[in-house]
Amino acid sequence: MPLGWHGRVKIKSTAQQEEEKRKEKEKKLKAFVSARDAVLKKRSAGEHDEEALQLTRQLLSSNPDFATLWNYRREVLLHLETLREKDEVQKLYESELHFIEACLKVNPKSYGCWHHRTWVNTRLPQPDWTRELGLCDRCLSLDERNFHCWDYRRVVVKASGVSVEQELQFTDRLIGSNFSNYSSWHYRSTLLPQLHPQPAPDSFHSHRVCEEQLLKEYELSHNAFFTDPNDQSAWFYYRWLLGREEMISCVYVSREGERVSVAFSKPVHSEGLMLVLDGQPQQVEWRSTHPRLRHSPVWLCDLPPGSISDMSNEHNLTIHWTEKHTHRDCALYTGCAESWCRDSATNLELFRSELSVEKSSVLQAELQSCNQLLELEPQNKWCLLTIILLMRALDPLGHEKETLAHFQTLKEVDPMRSTYYSDLCSKFLIENTILKMEYAEVRVFSLSNKNLTTLCHLDQLLFVTHINLSSNQLLRLPPHFAMLQCLEVLEADDNAIENLEGLYHLPKLEEVSLRNNRILFSKKSKCFIRNCFSGVKSQCLVWPCFKDSVFFIN
Amino acid sequence: MHGLTESVIAAACSRVGQSVLHLDRRNYYAGNWASFTFNGLLSWIEQYKNQQEVQITELEQVWRSLIDEGEDAVPLSALDSSISNLEVFCYASEEEEKEEEMKTPLSSFQPVNAETVSEEANGDSTEAHDTVTGDDTTASDAKTPNEEHEVSEPKEDQHTSDISEPSQSQEEKESQLSSSPADPPVEVQKKITYQKLVKEGRRFNIDLVSKLMYSRGALVDLLIKSNVSRYAEFKNIGRILTYRNGKVEQVPCSRADVFASKQLTVVEKRMLMKFLTFCLDFEQHPEEYQDYTEKPFREFLKNKKLTENLQHFILHSIAMVTQHTLTEEGLKATQHFLRCLGRYGNTPFLFPLYGLGEIPQCFCRMCAVFGGIYCLRHSVECLVVDKVSNKVKAVIDTRGQRISCSHFVVEDSYIRDEQRQSTAYRQISRAVLITDRSVLPSESDQQISMVTIPPLESSAPAVRMVELCSSSMTCMPGTYLVHLTCSSSGKAQEDLAPVISQLFHVSTIPGEEPSEGAEERSKPAVLWVMYFNMRDTSALDSSSYSLPSNVHVCTGPDDSLCSDYSIKLAESVFHHILPDEEFCPPAPNPEDIIYDGDGPQAEGPGFDESTNTEADKSLAEEEGATHEKSP
Repeated sequence: MPLGWHGRVKIKSTAQQEEEKRKEKEKKLKAFVSARDAVLKKRSAGEHDEEALQLTRQLLSSNPDFATLWNYRREVLLHLETLREKDEVQKLYESELHFIEACLKVNPKSYGCWHHRTWVNTRLPQPDWTRELGLCDRCLSLDERNFHCWDYRRVVVKASGVSVEQELQFTDRLIGSNFSNYSSWHYRSTLLPQLHPQPAPDSFHSHRVCEEQLLKEYELSHNAFFTDPNDQSAWFYYRWLLGREEMISCVYVSREGERVSVAFSKPVHSEGLMLVLDGQPQQVEWRSTHPRLRHSPVWLCDLPPGSISDMSNEHNLTIHWTEKHTHRDCALYTGCAESWCRDSATNLELFRSELSVEKSSVLQAELQSCNQLLELEPQNKWCLLTIILLMRALDPLGHEKETLAHFQTLKEVDPMRSTYYSDLCSKFLIENTILKMEYAEVRVFSLSNKNLTTLCHLDQLLFVTHINLSSNQLLRLPPHFAMLQCLEVLEADDNAIENLEGLYHLPKLEEVSLRNNRILFSKKSKCFIRNCFSGVKSQCLVWPCFKDSVFFIN
Repeated sequence: MHGLTESVIAAACSRVGQSVLHLDRRNYYAGNWASFTFNGLLSWIEQYKNQQEVQITELEQVWRSLIDEGEDAVPLSALDSSISNLEVFCYASEEEEKEEEMKTPLSSFQPVNAETVSEEANGDSTEAHDTVTGDDTTASDAKTPNEEHEVSEPKEDQHTSDISEPSQSQEEKESQLSSSPADPPVEVQKKITYQKLVKEGRRFNIDLVSKLMYSRGALVDLLIKSNVSRYAEFKNIGRILTYRNGKVEQVPCSRADVFASKQLTVVEKRMLMKFLTFCLDFEQHPEEYQDYTEKPFREFLKNKKLTENLQHFILHSIAMVTQHTLTEEGLKATQHFLRCLGRYGNTPFLFPLYGLGEIPQCFCRMCAVFGGIYCLRHSVECLVVDKVSNKVKAVIDTRGQRISCSHFVVEDSYIRDEQRQSTAYRQISRAVLITDRSVLPSESDQQISMVTIPPLESSAPAVRMVELCSSSMTCMPGTYLVHLTCSSSGKAQEDLAPVISQLFHVSTIPGEEPSEGAEERSKPAVLWVMYFNMRDTSALDSSSYSLPSNVHVCTGPDDSLCSDYSIKLAESVFHHILPDEEFCPPAPNPEDIIYDGDGPQAEGPGFDESTNTEADKSLAEEEGATHEKSP
């Protein structure tokens, strides 16, 4: 009878229980350490036997993150494999899968387990992928964000040839049970272009998904962000849907420099770029405009000396970008010193780098949905931001005023990111200015007194000769500034510019005005400035003081 | 009695070292909270019909002799009148399955107009049943025992015409069963005969009380706190449905539901989510509702510019309140619902596998582990009250034994009218259906659904329906067990049959299928149905009885969706009995219990050594009862 004095059950005291637990723990530790030592000894003795499997099994079942033991197990298995018949090998590895499953229960996020599982499946004479998929589903139903399992699932799907369609349904299911799941949305974004590709992709209209499906996906996103507008995952997916593929936006070639410049809609790597000149692939070295930029929207290369320098020859260049299966041509006609092929800024395509151009009625409808949501949720930053993006996609100049007002609201409701919004706003203002400049067909870029905090799209200013950035809040002239290969005059008075790194190798720069900035005048920076302009033939640098600095070059 | 409240009190008392003797006049646990196999239920129905008040007078002399001077005897009622208006109808084919298969093709030859007639015909047939079973019903009413004998009459007719008489008694079923040949091994999957139900009867666990557990309700909290949860397993309610505009629709209540809902526009989604988010901490925003505190919640919803859709969902399916409920109460109900979401799943509810009847049994088990003693089919005749202190000092059981006790806990149905100050109790209308498919088939056929059915007419009560799937271990595969509950405005059948005929196909002839293309065809068919009323005594309190202060009356199940009322009552009775003790502290893990002595008794926690009689004498307890042991 457990009933003691006063009929009460006697229970061990906390101290008693803890003491017992401590002893238990100590005992376990001892056993673990001695088993570990035995295993390591066996391994260094090169013993690859059943006992090794047994010992590592014991250890791994209590600590599946012991990578060395998994390695040893693989060595043993590889050895045993050579001694056995095929169906025995099958059995051997099947039991290994069972064992891993047990280990996954101990730690479902064990790198070692998942890696070993992938390996075992490569050794298994007849892998049972259905079972593996089932395992993934079970795991993901317990923790839908277990990225180890997501990774493994991709391996299984690939190996077993599960149809993309089924996988899309799988994401339907996961998103349905909880739409706050980046993994599912992201997976979806990789599947859609395969299942519903944009018909006949070309370099001008490369959306990721065909329009019919796109509309369905918009609806799905609406459902998510109307249900919970503060959940980012659906907004990110939506932005992806609205966005478009990277593409080559401009190819520029100059006879004098024997140089080709290629601009992209987004910063890219140079891998997969190929230059074909008059039908001949060229071995060229691609470089970005600044050595620090590995990811750049502009890449340059020098052509073999003499290949295009003769004015009387006509040349055809093609830039292939194998990664995105796209290319761009540019013809250099007789008598021309330079040539380019680009999307004109006045062409509706430009600056839709964030949002792709749908039939504008579709985008208009999206804008309406978002405005509707904004009415319900006037403080929602995701909604505000998406509206800004949609407005830009539809009519950036026409919506400029509203856009600026929305930016103001954004900075108020999300002060933690006000700098980000300032930068973004600067970007859009620059884009608008570029558009206006293009409409006016001039090579003068003037953007003074606009509260700019950053400079971007400098690749679009490839041909600008005069630039006025006075009275803004710029802190620096960034490395990208080096893209202004035609720049002659730079005015940037009344900013907060501290360094001039971006004035690197601007071949045509003649005049720089940097009055009232915060440039730190040191030997180093003097030296730097000299180096910057070292390529210029004759220089005359004047800097009475940095409160009032004007550089005249030439 | 071992209703939920009594079982919890018994467990709580036993847990802190009180001796508990638990007596029940029935032969099963959990009283009106019990769940039965199909066959068990059929016996229960028979018992109900045969209940008689016969031997009372004879026994009285026995116990009178045990009362001493200075003591009063307060007799208890031997008769349980908490169930009334019990009626049973069977619509499953009663033919043998072989014949059934042959019959199937015939149904397609039914005249086309059958579909338009079917509903009317149902109504007629129901009335017809009424008249036939009318005797059953009144006869089974406890207060007219003389008519009981007539119960058997209609059965004889049945033997001659199975088809015209859907209502069946247990004996008849048994006789049919025994006379019928074994079921053919190959069955037609979709047709379920009555014989099949009986044959698979053990797969059913049919609760008399239908309730769900709020995942943050008093019951779940108690199960967790006391470690009693280890004795049961639970399943999530998969979805909340509602009946609206003649259709069963899913109610979007969780975030995932709202996201996936096809009935709501995106703007409605936002409005709903916004409103629900507000409800989660509505106390923080009094300005939003203070003008409505004296007005109905419904008005408040209207004022919030919620669409008709959303008002319906919130009022009927989320807050689950009436048209007249005031705003603050509606907000609180909504808040409670929302707080329960996501703890165990996408709805706020859990249901115990094998039925709600498991829960009182789990507490009985804990009580037994700590030494409580259980006797079924053993009741108390009368209380022995000390005239001076006006306290119960002992009870006399049905075997004429006198058992002393310091407290007596009893269920309301044992109290005679003489001891009542107030008989202002209500009734609950119940229907239990076995159907052949879900009211809203979906990808998964193994979901438990909770269905809210707003009043069909303004005067009718709102009905709550729980549809259990076979994986809840309450019904055989291929069937659903459907519980309907409402507060009564009349007999259970009157209250609930109209709802049933809206949502289900009730055939006129057992086993008949609705004709091709009929609207009826899309509805689940009712195979078997039972109606009854259960007394709802939850409005009574200690002032409703004229009993000694150490007699604690537990009222039976209330009509609400959850068991909180019964749990809170148990806690308050416990504190009344033992003001200084903790209510259901966590039971220790078995390995942490120290067994004294090295004797073999250490093995069985508890009661193996004491026989019932011994226990009756040495420990002073009663009916769901507890007493402090004298030191």
